[in-house]
Amino acid sequence: MTPPLLQVRDLTVEFATRRGVLRALDRVSFDIGRGEVLGVVGESGAGKSVTGSAVIGLIDRPGRIAGGEILLDGRRIDNLPPEEMRKVRGKRIGMIFQDPLTSLNPLYRIGDQLVETIRTHTDLSASAARRRAIDLLAEVGIPAPEKRIDGYPHQFSGGMRQRVVIALALSAEPELIIADEPTTALDVSVQAQIITVLKRLCRDHGTAVMLVTHDMGVIAETADRVAVMYAGRVIEIGNVADVVQNPLHPYAKGLMGAIPTLTGQERRLAQIPGSMPRLSAIPPGCPFNPRCPHAYAPCPTIRPDLTNYDRHPVACHLYDPAYAPEGVAA
Amino acid sequence: MTPPLVEVRHLRRVFDVSPPFLNRLIERAPKQFLKAVDDVSFDIARGETFALVGESGSGKSTVARMVVGLLEPTAGEVTIDGVKMTGRAPAEDRRRVRRRMQMIFQDPYASLNPRWRVDRIVAEPIRAFGLIQGEAAIRERVGELLGLVGLHPDDGVKYPHEFSGGQRQRIAIARALASDAEFIVCDEPTSALDVSVQAQILNLMRDLQDRLGLTYLFISHNLAVVRHMASRIGVMYLGRVVEIGEGRGLFTGPKHPYTRMLLDAVPDLAHIGRRREPVRGEIPNPINPPSGCTFNPRCPYANDRCRAEIPPFLESVACHGYHERRIPTGPVELLVPDGMAALPA
Ligand SMILES: Nc1ncnc2c1ncn2[C@@H]1O[C@H](COP(=O)(O)OP(=O)(O)OP(=O)(O)O)[C@@H](O)[C@H]1O
Ligand SMILES: Nc1ncnc2c1ncn2[C@@H]1O[C@H](COP(=O)(O)OP(=O)(O)OP(=O)(O)O)[C@@H](O)[C@H]1O
Ligand SMILES: [Mg+2]
Ligand SMILES: [Mg+2]
Repeated sequence: MTPPLLQVRDLTVEFATRRGVLRALDRVSFDIGRGEVLGVVGESGAGKSVTGSAVIGLIDRPGRIAGGEILLDGRRIDNLPPEEMRKVRGKRIGMIFQDPLTSLNPLYRIGDQLVETIRTHTDLSASAARRRAIDLLAEVGIPAPEKRIDGYPHQFSGGMRQRVVIALALSAEPELIIADEPTTALDVSVQAQIITVLKRLCRDHGTAVMLVTHDMGVIAETADRVAVMYAGRVIEIGNVADVVQNPLHPYAKGLMGAIPTLTGQERRLAQIPGSMPRLSAIPPGCPFNPRCPHAYAPCPTIRPDLTNYDRHPVACHLYDPAYAPEGVAA
Repeated sequence: MTPPLVEVRHLRRVFDVSPPFLNRLIERAPKQFLKAVDDVSFDIARGETFALVGESGSGKSTVARMVVGLLEPTAGEVTIDGVKMTGRAPAEDRRRVRRRMQMIFQDPYASLNPRWRVDRIVAEPIRAFGLIQGEAAIRERVGELLGLVGLHPDDGVKYPHEFSGGQRQRIAIARALASDAEFIVCDEPTSALDVSVQAQILNLMRDLQDRLGLTYLFISHNLAVVRHMASRIGVMYLGRVVEIGEGRGLFTGPKHPYTRMLLDAVPDLAHIGRRREPVRGEIPNPINPPSGCTFNPRCPYANDRCRAEIPPFLESVACHGYHERRIPTGPVELLVPDGMAALPA
């Protein structure tokens, strides 16, 4: 049996600061299969971006991977020397960040940037690389690519720039794409275009995607599975329909309940009381227990691990038959 | 009847987007101009939330920057509390009005000074306007503000880079609240936040509005958020306001085909995995916009008049088809204009 494309096992990331060591990720584990989109959601500051950075080997000092392992196609990549990691990045793992302008150099033509990236990762000739660049632009839906290829980034609209970034991320045909809020700055119409492109990639090329976003609509439409993060941990992971419509963890329930809708009548949005603990003061036991309406005996002392009690894995004592008094979880 | 707090009249902003002089000379290219905002007018009443929505590049941020005085309009007027901000009103009056408004920027990375500690960033308006005397009192107020936006008072000793994207946006919001402003311009205040923090911030903004009578100009591309927050909504397309609707009325009875298209494009949580109606076409090149109604290349109801004549703003909408009562109700099938490829499914 082939292993999942990406396996993250007990990943722990720490930042050394003047005020002590902060643990931004605490034993994070998940898999992504080929052609699969894993959505990652959770409280701001929960560690979503740090997880993405760790997978592509971009945790900079004062941060470091303090434990666990990351496997791509069954081989560890978290301990590769920087030179080899650079080859994995771009070649086997592509990245799309929130702001397309940071990924595009405003002084160079779109085509030059694509051709350069393609030639770094393949041994195509300059003219073949240019043809490939035009194909890529067509693939992400840029009209008249043979003309637009000589344009500068500022001559493209926000949505088109973001599609150019996707083309750039695709240029080496990576097996995995890390997309960190690729549509956050974009309106619904551009968002729909980007998502269409990403989904087609997964289908046609078997590319896997880790999609970080706050937009639950985007998740519902794009992801196959969803991981919910809180205070540096994955607290629930499962099929998108299960997690979005029937979340198990009280935090995930609160998160899904806070989504504003186009039909709601309420004057106030539902919110989870309190805020996420700071990294320097994560409570023992379940990190959500001080805010949890259902917290009981084991919660403040025993850390719940991600366990598949029933429908899908959740890190919550309410579902653990060893503790749960009947009916609490309802 | 009290006059509106903010009156925006025929606002226009043109950017010179010509290639550098030397390139122009070599390539014999003419100067190029981009009309980012064209003939935009609206009022904001005291204590209300007026929202601007529209596709990326439609000119929302440019309007916001002109309203707060960060950008000089090419033409038109902004009047706040009876003081003409763009004219020759006494500088003293304009300063008095300016200090009662604040802006929360779309990009929290760019708007926070990376070399300042967070407590200094949040305290800046308090010090600049002398709102509170005494270091201890300022420190206490800063701690209180950080708490209000869901951060911890001790976070004040950190620097912006030590925070996640959403945490930085909350710092920017705390700073805006620190100024005791009465009028706050919020440019995508919550798009970097997860939905639970977003709910907290939006509820907080409404509570403050109820308590202190704040007025908001609220920009967001998230229509559900806008629906929740706004008493009135202006829809922008290619630099113009094409429709203004009363709060939820806009969602139940949109008049402009573009407004309907935006509403149809909203993803639906009840239909997981279903592809939403893909939006056809894109905002055309603003440097060389279509003649007449700029929406005409994407609009299924466009006729010769729409291609020739800019529609006037009547009955809260700028649409010939609506004015002539020839737009059917029901879903809108948008066109794919020539030369604009539809995305392959
Ligand atoms: N350079 C750093 N030094 C110290 N702490 C850091 C640093 N970078 C990130 N952190 C901390 O790590 C935690 C996780 O940050 P991360 O950026 O992954 O959050 P996120 O889940 O992506 O949030 P958001 O949704 O707001 O983008 C945060 O609490 C943040 O303060
Ligand atoms: N300084 C500038 N120079 C040239 N063009 C500009 C400048 N600022 C804005 N523009 C252009 O003006 C138009 C309107 O931009 P604006 O930022 O107001 O849009 P927006 O509606 O806020 O979009 P978004 O939703 O992407 O933030 C765009 O076409 C943009 O490229
Ligand atoms: Mg992030
Ligand atoms: Mg903007």
